[in-house]
Amino acid sequence: MISNKAKKQIDAWVVKYPEGHQSSAVMEALKLVQAENDNRLTPDTIQAVADYLDMPGIAAAEVATFYENYNHKPVGKHTIRFCHNISCMLNGSDELITYLENKLGVKTGEVTKDGLINVKKVECLGACVGAPMFQIGDQYYENLTADKIDEIVDGLK
Amino acid sequence: MNEVCFKNLEQKDPWSLKTYEANGGYSVWRKILKGEFTPEQIIDELKTSGLRGRGGAGFPTGLKWSFMPRNADMQKYVVCNSDEGEPGTCKDRDILRYNPHSVIEGMAIGGFVMNATKGYNYIRGEFMEPFYRFEDALKEAYDAGLLGENIDGSSVSFDLYTHLGAGAYICGEETALLESLEGKKGLPRFKPPFPANIGLYGKPTTINNTESFASVPDILAKGGQWFADIGVENSGGCKLFSVTGHVNKPANFEVPMGISFKDLLEMAGGIREGRTLKAVIPGGSSTPVLTAEVAMAMTMDYDGIEKAGSMLGAGSVIIMDDSTCMVEALTRLAHFYYDESCGQCTPCREGTGWLYRVLKRIMDGNGKADDIDLLMSVQDKIMGNTICALGDAAAMPVESFLRNFREEFEYYIEHGKSMVKG
Repeated sequence: MISNKAKKQIDAWVVKYPEGHQSSAVMEALKLVQAENDNRLTPDTIQAVADYLDMPGIAAAEVATFYENYNHKPVGKHTIRFCHNISCMLNGSDELITYLENKLGVKTGEVTKDGLINVKKVECLGACVGAPMFQIGDQYYENLTADKIDEIVDGLK
Repeated sequence: MNEVCFKNLEQKDPWSLKTYEANGGYSVWRKILKGEFTPEQIIDELKTSGLRGRGGAGFPTGLKWSFMPRNADMQKYVVCNSDEGEPGTCKDRDILRYNPHSVIEGMAIGGFVMNATKGYNYIRGEFMEPFYRFEDALKEAYDAGLLGENIDGSSVSFDLYTHLGAGAYICGEETALLESLEGKKGLPRFKPPFPANIGLYGKPTTINNTESFASVPDILAKGGQWFADIGVENSGGCKLFSVTGHVNKPANFEVPMGISFKDLLEMAGGIREGRTLKAVIPGGSSTPVLTAEVAMAMTMDYDGIEKAGSMLGAGSVIIMDDSTCMVEALTRLAHFYYDESCGQCTPCREGTGWLYRVLKRIMDGNGKADDIDLLMSVQDKIMGNTICALGDAAAMPVESFLRNFREEFEYYIEHGKSMVKG
């Protein structure tokens, strides 16, 4: 359930914290395990993380359900995290989100039929000088226009 | 402009150790390692500099550092708050991307002053580019022998690590951040006890914002008075302002405190063509909104913005022109706090939901005549009644939007449509 590769990566986080405080690594551990399990967490994977870090399952579950970046429902291979907060809104994010929904034929929260993409409205991503913007994976895309969205989204595989 | 945190911005590989050192970087740290600075001297210089916490609360940094029980015989921690997420704020991201070594040096200096041998930089989970930049800089610093145990043969030790968030605005609140660092939900703690006494893992801890740490090396290299003189009384130094919204050239500007709002607006290219300024949120979404008239007469420093009726906050200046529907703008902000409330305190958990739902029903054309009174009543019941400042942050925009732009809300309720957009 947790690959050896992910275990190694989790171990690299655990050593950052004082002995006995390995549960400080739970946030990254959940992220790594999510990434290798269809980008979502299940009660089983959460428990596996808890067991690996020697912490109560409920403590890991609390973290997994508190923070925004963990998924508990099916998502696409790529999640487009579209900022809709004030600076982006003032620069037309709502219109562009509608454009993207129409282009993909899904509403925010839904996954495209091929399982490739889902769109999520998110709160401020801290790149307001580049509004409107969205995030895919680790990457920020700023100063978006309909043309730019076409180019980025058409390139997703 | 761009004298401290951004001074290397235009140079080649501004994030590299080479560029940082070419600009005098780590000179203060090397002096400390040679025993040429005492903690007391550093605290005095910081007090003289007038540096105040750049994350939003504006607490004097020198004073904060002096609160740490540096002689207590236990592990102590220095924590950097890079959990930038207040709508309109995007300055720390650029410090991490373009000048990560200034944060490392600032944190190391803090570690020395407070006798804390370990530090964590809590970076919001979405900031992966800044995270990798900071990690690369950390590796450079370790490889150059600037961090670690008994650095360069001295008695000074400092180890620095990164920690990543996972999407929660509340973790920018310092005690929620500590909970999160401990691998828990980000629920703010009661204060007192303050983190300087019981902080990370129950140990004395000082938490400062990224920009605060990044300002420290230059203050000590050039003197507290030099920094103080850049700014104005009560607001020493320069400050990063993120100017966003309806301007031609949205950007981060590092400018002297006390600059006029008018000049800052001009630096950002002014209002979009054919439009006029309508409203300004001067310090991030949590700070009260101001009318154009008031904003145009305001100076950008702690006292100047307070006099105008708002707060400097994190220096996040959100510009709205005459095409902006203020009901829509407030509804979006209310949604933010509703989404980000941690749920621990009833007034905030329930109140932010009420604020959003009432505003939403006005937007949907179902507003009721007494909804404005209801909104005022709800925000008043949140204000001052929560453990942390998120409650106040949710309440303040509501009060100020309704006070300054009441007629737009009345119009929307009466006609079921926007006075501005129709």
